[in-house]
Amino acid sequence: MADVRIDSLSVTYHGVDADVRALAGVDLSLADGEAVALIGPSGCGKSTLLLAAAGLLVPTGGAVVVEGERIAHPRLRTALILQDFGLLPWKTVLDNAELGLRIRHHPAAESRRRAMEALTRVGLEEFLGLFPSELSGGMRQRLALARALALDADLLLMDEPLSALDALTREDLQDLLLSLWRDRGHTSVLVTHSIEEAVYLGRRVLVMSPRPGRIAAVVDNPGMGDPGYRETEAFHGACVELRGLLAAEGALHRGGGES
Amino acid sequence: MRGWARKAAGYVAAAAIMVVAWELASLVLHSPALPTPADGLGEFVRQFPLLLPAFGYSALRAVSSIVLGLVVGAPLGLLLGRSERADLVFGPLVFLNYPVPKVVFLPVLLVLLGIGNASIIALITLIVFFQILVTARDASRSISRASVLSVRSLGADRWQVFVNVVVPGSMPEIFTALRISVGTAVAVLFFSESIAGSTGLGYFVFDAWGRIQYGEMFAGILAMALLGVLLYEAIELIEARVCRWARAGR
Repeated sequence: MADVRIDSLSVTYHGVDADVRALAGVDLSLADGEAVALIGPSGCGKSTLLLAAAGLLVPTGGAVVVEGERIAHPRLRTALILQDFGLLPWKTVLDNAELGLRIRHHPAAESRRRAMEALTRVGLEEFLGLFPSELSGGMRQRLALARALALDADLLLMDEPLSALDALTREDLQDLLLSLWRDRGHTSVLVTHSIEEAVYLGRRVLVMSPRPGRIAAVVDNPGMGDPGYRETEAFHGACVELRGLLAAEGALHRGGGES
Repeated sequence: MRGWARKAAGYVAAAAIMVVAWELASLVLHSPALPTPADGLGEFVRQFPLLLPAFGYSALRAVSSIVLGLVVGAPLGLLLGRSERADLVFGPLVFLNYPVPKVVFLPVLLVLLGIGNASIIALITLIVFFQILVTARDASRSISRASVLSVRSLGADRWQVFVNVVVPGSMPEIFTALRISVGTAVAVLFFSESIAGSTGLGYFVFDAWGRIQYGEMFAGILAMALLGVLLYEAIELIEARVCRWARAGR
């Protein structure tokens, strides 16, 4: 049961000139199997939130609790997928997919079997011996997903995982993410810059405001979960509502960029 | 044309150009110190029984120095690049010593270690060590944060990050340092053997020069050039195996 509770989470980075408050008292609760999307302007601390949830960053205040356990270091079944996919260029497709299991000292045969299953699920079973540099952007993203699947992750934390992809590949992978979520029922936190992506993949969409980052608004998005959702009135309605909220946050005219 | 065939063709063409240039240079200079290619290569073949053991000595010294420098310098450099504390302590020591020309210590080494293998290998190792150390340190520093984070998110401890990310990610730069160190090693080899040896190609060349045997001298020079090329190619071959990923997808 990967339910997540974030309690007044604060993170302050100690800069050279001044301290930067990246997050100021973020509260958020996710039920097991819930999918949320986080959207907001650059510098709103979205990535920081994910790093803290992954146990890679010690918060200045507050806590992240997953399955009743306070997160202080990486958790076994949490998978973090970064913008540039976090693949190791010197490992083949198969070795990259196996990496998490090997690091946790799973037996070689079991790791191989689980990695193969995961690679088959994302359609990469014919590219086992290639290196990431030989794959297209979409294939690399599939590989990063396969690594999470091989670990049997029940909490997926994704930091703009699709932002480097072209529009068609992007929709393709959004469909894959949705179908994986429907099949597996994992808890999913997706950070994105795209309004449409947030509405397609987030049962709730959280709008964050910058400096210091906090949650400014929540859009409930009950229609999410159906593959045909993109073509519905409700989808467009949610997009319009979200766009309005972001404009109010001053996010739309600043352009993209990393948070 | 396949990769190796194209490479071989390139080498043949380059060799042909060099022979022509050599022929021209020897005609123009008209000095016994620069024989024609035919004479030089002929002498090389004649001297082969004497050159072979000298080549063996020199190769052994160069290879053991490079291996020693690598085995000590690379891990230390990678560590300095990744550990702020280690870098704080040892960094200044490295950078104070790196620019010091190590060849001037040959006399000291000769007094300490005596004439022969030990002081020659010690001198070359010392020089190669610093080259590899400094490169490995910079390489491990520039490892991408995303690679480290993603592996840490999988539960990797510091050692696993080192083995899975830092070491393989720094390999291409370390191989570049190795290739540069081959040139340095052979140059220092010549210098140290001509002073501190009674064996090896450096001694062979120096000895022939002293006896005004320019043909022999030139045969030794050719052997030394061959040693450099062979070492360089060996490193290329090993790199192609170890860093297969770096050439993939290009």
